[in-house]
Amino acid sequence: MTYIKPIFRHPLLPKNKVGFTKKDYEGAISTLCAGCGHDSISAAIIQACFEMSVEPHKLAKISGIGCSSKTPTYFLGNSHGFNSVHGRMPSVTTGANMANRDLIYLGVSGDGDTASIGMGQFVHAVRRNVNMVYIVMNNGCYGLTKGQDSATADFGSISKASKTPSPFQGIDLVGLAMEMGATFVARSFSGDKSQLVPLIKAGMSHPGFAFIDCISPCVTFNNNKGSTKSYSYVRAHNEATSLLDFVPEEKEITMEYEEGASKEVVLHDGSVLLLKKLAPEWDPSDRLSAFSKVQEAKASGEILTGLLYIDLESKELHDLFGTTDTPLNTLREKELCPGSEALEVINAGRR
Amino acid sequence: MRPTNIQEPEYFHKVVDCQHACPAHTPVPEYIRLIAAERYAEAYMINWESNVFPGILGRTCDRPCEPACRRGRVEEKPVAICRLKRVAADNKGDVKQYMPKGPFKPNGKKIALIGGGPASLTVARDLAPLGYEIHLYDEWYKGGGMMRTQIPSFRLPEEVLDEEVGYVIGLGIHTHFKHRVESMKEEILAKGYDAVFVGTGAPKGRDLKLPGREEAGKNVHIGVEFLANVAFEHIHKIGKKVIVLGGGNTAMDCCRTSRRIGGEDVKVIVRSPFKDMKASPWEIEDAQAEDIPILNNMPPKEYVIKDGKLAGMIFGKVRAEYDENGKRKLIPTGEPDEFVEADDVIIAIGQDNYFPWIERDLGIEFGKWDMPVLHKTTYQSTNPKVFFGGDAAFGPANIITAAAHGHQAAVSIHLFLQGKDVLADRPAPKTNLLRQKMGIHEWMYDNDVAPDKRYKVAHTDKRKALKNRKVEVELGFTTEEAFKEAERCLNCDVQTVFNTSRCIECDACVDICPTSCITFTTNGDEADLRTRLSAPALNTSQDLYVSDLLPATKRVMVKDEDVCLHCGLCAERCPTAAWDMQKYLYSVTKAGAVL
Repeated sequence: MTYIKPIFRHPLLPKNKVGFTKKDYEGAISTLCAGCGHDSISAAIIQACFEMSVEPHKLAKISGIGCSSKTPTYFLGNSHGFNSVHGRMPSVTTGANMANRDLIYLGVSGDGDTASIGMGQFVHAVRRNVNMVYIVMNNGCYGLTKGQDSATADFGSISKASKTPSPFQGIDLVGLAMEMGATFVARSFSGDKSQLVPLIKAGMSHPGFAFIDCISPCVTFNNNKGSTKSYSYVRAHNEATSLLDFVPEEKEITMEYEEGASKEVVLHDGSVLLLKKLAPEWDPSDRLSAFSKVQEAKASGEILTGLLYIDLESKELHDLFGTTDTPLNTLREKELCPGSEALEVINAGRR
Repeated sequence: MRPTNIQEPEYFHKVVDCQHACPAHTPVPEYIRLIAAERYAEAYMINWESNVFPGILGRTCDRPCEPACRRGRVEEKPVAICRLKRVAADNKGDVKQYMPKGPFKPNGKKIALIGGGPASLTVARDLAPLGYEIHLYDEWYKGGGMMRTQIPSFRLPEEVLDEEVGYVIGLGIHTHFKHRVESMKEEILAKGYDAVFVGTGAPKGRDLKLPGREEAGKNVHIGVEFLANVAFEHIHKIGKKVIVLGGGNTAMDCCRTSRRIGGEDVKVIVRSPFKDMKASPWEIEDAQAEDIPILNNMPPKEYVIKDGKLAGMIFGKVRAEYDENGKRKLIPTGEPDEFVEADDVIIAIGQDNYFPWIERDLGIEFGKWDMPVLHKTTYQSTNPKVFFGGDAAFGPANIITAAAHGHQAAVSIHLFLQGKDVLADRPAPKTNLLRQKMGIHEWMYDNDVAPDKRYKVAHTDKRKALKNRKVEVELGFTTEEAFKEAERCLNCDVQTVFNTSRCIECDACVDICPTSCITFTTNGDEADLRTRLSAPALNTSQDLYVSDLLPATKRVMVKDEDVCLHCGLCAERCPTAAWDMQKYLYSVTKAGAVL
């Protein structure tokens, strides 16, 4: 019986800049079904945080309800965490972010948590450009309640529970996020860490709402023939916009690519997202071009993955509000209540 | 890389590091699990089948298994395999009922075994149940060979030795004790044996001829002779001040024996640096614990005689230098020589083989250093009737190696006497893979990896131990300690078996593996692959397990066997049972079924 991971790790595990190994970013052993895509996404988050040398106490992971929202137990065991009410992760994160802008916010949600009960919360977090990474572990079904079709189940997709093709149009979260003015939109696949890890890293570097819709097959209820979110279907229909490489600020870019075959996207903090083998007619910093490419792919039944859109001029919620650089939760009475003399001055100015 | 062929018996055998390193290939994890289950008699019998002397080896083995143990690569120390073996022997109860019982139906063939040590006894054990008439010759009055003459009783009690030698002799062996064979031709070959096995060891201790050696006379002892004389109670006493020359296990036995028969100021003096000493680290530790200093980098120069009697020795001072090939040179430091007082000196600087009793006109060819010319697998000499094993074959090694030789020589003799080819007709090792799955999280083995550090074995109080050379120093694990130590075993024989056609590449195994052993990547040659894995794969002595090409992504699964904990999490997290945990039992080729 194994519900405990052995304490031993590879003796040659590398350390990152802040002196941690990957083990320091792990959480408890997963209780999800064996082979669940969510576990791979957890591993990608661990990998990304390790590679970014994030100090665990400077990150907060916040989730709602569902299989997806259980996962924060399984990664970053040394970070802050809040498992909120169903669909309310965006609001709780917004609140936390307002109180302490110094943390990295990692919101984890599922297709039910985002596209059904939490839809209203989601769109407002997008339009407010809350500085967070928002990952949807999207498996197109309600795994925790025996696999009924969710709102993101594609039209015509068959799951093990429904047994019949879905009669409804699935909600395309990527299109919705773009429509709502999201400043960083990506889609990925749990089975492709070489793409997912750089996207999470880029998302953490992006000032504002970084949305990653990650297709994550439900092995138990939605990995069957006829499903559009199974491992084999996604592998067969995955059209990557580009190969990705995330280059931190201090590293030099040494690889050279043919002109037109690659594009460097310089992120706000100076780090670079290198997009290789780029689809030629497409520019990820142009909202219109991204939008039409996403629609084209949808029409042709392809699943477009990679970084789809990025607004390099993004201003996050604190910038829009013009709040102080000091986290609000550290402001004490002295700063918040400058005294009657200061009040007199303000009042005098209003007279 | 080409896909790994797991049908090849040696592939999974190599993964079981302890078993692979054991010259007799004892199935270590198998008997350790039985010890944990308190099934001591079965654990003992598995050992008895493989190495014939579990109680003896559980106290005295050189333990090649322990440095190989995978546990030593993931934490500080390996499993105390040797001491667990002793637990099986200590708690086994009556095992005679499980052993082959004579009289066996004679097959009409007669075999002579020269020397009564571990190699000959192993041949006897393997061949007696097959109906051979076996004649064992030894110069002493009891069997056991060097196990009796060279291993002191405080490490190996006589009862344990007598018991295990007795199991073999009890199979109906015709013993010719107190019979030192002086002529192969007249005493053995002339008697018309169908085959002859020579297991006479490396009985000759080296002397050290330096100025004063003649005059020092009886106060200078040869290590192995000294130990034999103490064992057979020809020597009861030694001087108060003793110097032991040499850095091997015999030197450790000599100095510790001296402490028990009158030696108060006993020193071991070695010409090489401490780290180059040949003795096992635990033997050195035990000697040091008995207040025996070890002086290094001091080559002996001469015996000092005063008033016609040995007074001590003069030593030079050196330091070691190593060239690029690691070859050592001892360079004098220029410091003045040192005089060390001594009433007695014991020389334990090596042993040699001794074959003047084998005439050179018998078709038995001798080569370099007057060693017999043998086939490395069959142990057959150039006279097809005559086989060698143990230290007599390739020079001094250890008991477990002698047992391994004995098994293989027995196979050869059995084939030879059936008129078969000793090499071409040799049977392959027996192997077996058995699924361990019982439920989603349940296996037939305990896959939880215990975090405990290695447990220490308790010793007898030093004052008590030094008073009597027959008091055993190590007390052995209690059954409670043995259970805890057994739980440290990683069950490396429970193999991770990968089935490419079932894999859906969900990455669950990669994500869960605690020691980052598994990678899915594009194929390449080995040197290239080793640089592209989840964790550095720098230990090239450990294989990479490579799958067939995965159809969906054209990648391969690569598993670095090096630090796999055999925890089974890859198989537990695999949704399609592409990974499975299967117990691999590898049984070395033997002459016949023993059990």
